[in-house]
Amino acid sequence: MAAEETYPEDLRYHADHDWARVAGDEATLGITWFAQDALGELVHYEAPAVGSAVGKGEPYGEVESVKAVSDVIAPLSGEVLEVNENVVREPETVNDDPYGEGWLVRIAMSDPSELDDLMDADAYRAHVAEQ
Amino acid sequence: MRCDGARVATVEATLQRTKLYERHVALGARMVPFAGFEMPVQYDGVISEHRSVRTDAGVFDVSHMGELHVDGPTAQAFLQSMLSNDVDRVADGEAQYTLLTNEHGGIVDDLILYRFAHGQFLLVVNASNRAAAYDWLKQREQRGTEVRDASDEYGLLAVQGPRSLERLRLPPAPPFTHALGEVDGIEVLVARTGYTGEQGVELCCAGDDAPALWDAILSRGVMPCGLGARDTLRLEVCYPLHGNDITPETDAVSAGLGWACALGTEFTGVEELRRIKETGPARKLVPFVMEERAIPRHGMAIEGGGEVTSGTHSPMLDQGIGMGYVPAALATPGVELVIDVRGKARHARVVEKPIYRKEA
Repeated sequence: MAAEETYPEDLRYHADHDWARVAGDEATLGITWFAQDALGELVHYEAPAVGSAVGKGEPYGEVESVKAVSDVIAPLSGEVLEVNENVVREPETVNDDPYGEGWLVRIAMSDPSELDDLMDADAYRAHVAEQ
Repeated sequence: MRCDGARVATVEATLQRTKLYERHVALGARMVPFAGFEMPVQYDGVISEHRSVRTDAGVFDVSHMGELHVDGPTAQAFLQSMLSNDVDRVADGEAQYTLLTNEHGGIVDDLILYRFAHGQFLLVVNASNRAAAYDWLKQREQRGTEVRDASDEYGLLAVQGPRSLERLRLPPAPPFTHALGEVDGIEVLVARTGYTGEQGVELCCAGDDAPALWDAILSRGVMPCGLGARDTLRLEVCYPLHGNDITPETDAVSAGLGWACALGTEFTGVEELRRIKETGPARKLVPFVMEERAIPRHGMAIEGGGEVTSGTHSPMLDQGIGMGYVPAALATPGVELVIDVRGKARHARVVEKPIYRKEA
């Protein structure tokens, strides 16, 4: 069943409804509760290749529900280290746990200064309220 | 997230609402604009709604569809000249799937005709074609026939699924028949028709009775279902959607709807349909299943000169499915198709109808 609406304090957020969890030079990326709720139950995750480059504000993959397809936007630039193959096999994991088991990729950041451009949870909640 | 599919739309003030609008909102439905109406696309979720119709029972508000009355001493002859199927074979209390065709054999709308006593007919037409179908018939109306758009007078609820009759406590009856009946004292026309491939009924009631009828149906444990599940259900059983799979530019023979065309009768465009049947269509509408993880969508190109007209993720098969027009040479079950899914070549295979068949 779908998760409750939450925006964890430890994440950084991009306006296109993507999140980043930073650990050292690496970041884990995913889509927010708002994004998965707007899309509905996900049935397909078109993942990038490991080793490919992602650019801040650029699409790096696609997620699809029964009705709609959506680009997934990278909140940060870097190189893909790992793809969540569990989500490739079971895309609904994103609906169940968007910030945990439903992560999409792990990247090596190429420009950590980009973090300054992202929103904290309070700013993102205000952004969502305007949607 | 940047959607290019069914984007969460800003609902405009000009949209119409069915009598059940407040019920949908109270149930937490996601409302979207569809055919000029604000309609529920889903309540709990497309997949759970879809599965409840395949295994139990679900109810759809289809009050946005059009109801046209065609009455009078010449109504039967008039409809025979306008519709592709053989009206003369429909007895009082029966219903028939048929097509309103244009001079080129193209499909103005697909609809269900219900026959009543004393030369009275009811046509249930697609919501998006309500005006087009009415105008088409009204402009061609003959002496002794009256065509009237009564869409705003009725509520229409489809209750579909293997347990729908049991839950509504309605007696079994043959498909494509109709009779007056009641649900919790509310008078309804009970039609053994639907758009899901499951056993079920469509209940037509007075518009003002629709909320009470909806409540009575939900109290029987029937799950509310939105337009999202309606689309996945119909596509699994290869029922065409007008505007996608069939249009005024596509003909019934190429669409595989020759069975709904009585080519021995005279109706608009019949000569063209006879010619296409004689020579064989250049392109045919075929169902297909994806051979890899990808979801086909309306408008995607099929290699060799074809096009996807409907595509989705099948909740029962858990894979991408669709229908599309392909050159006749490719229109054989087992043939491999290559579909351009946003720049990636994805493989699919033509299958027999229906795409999903319940295990015996």
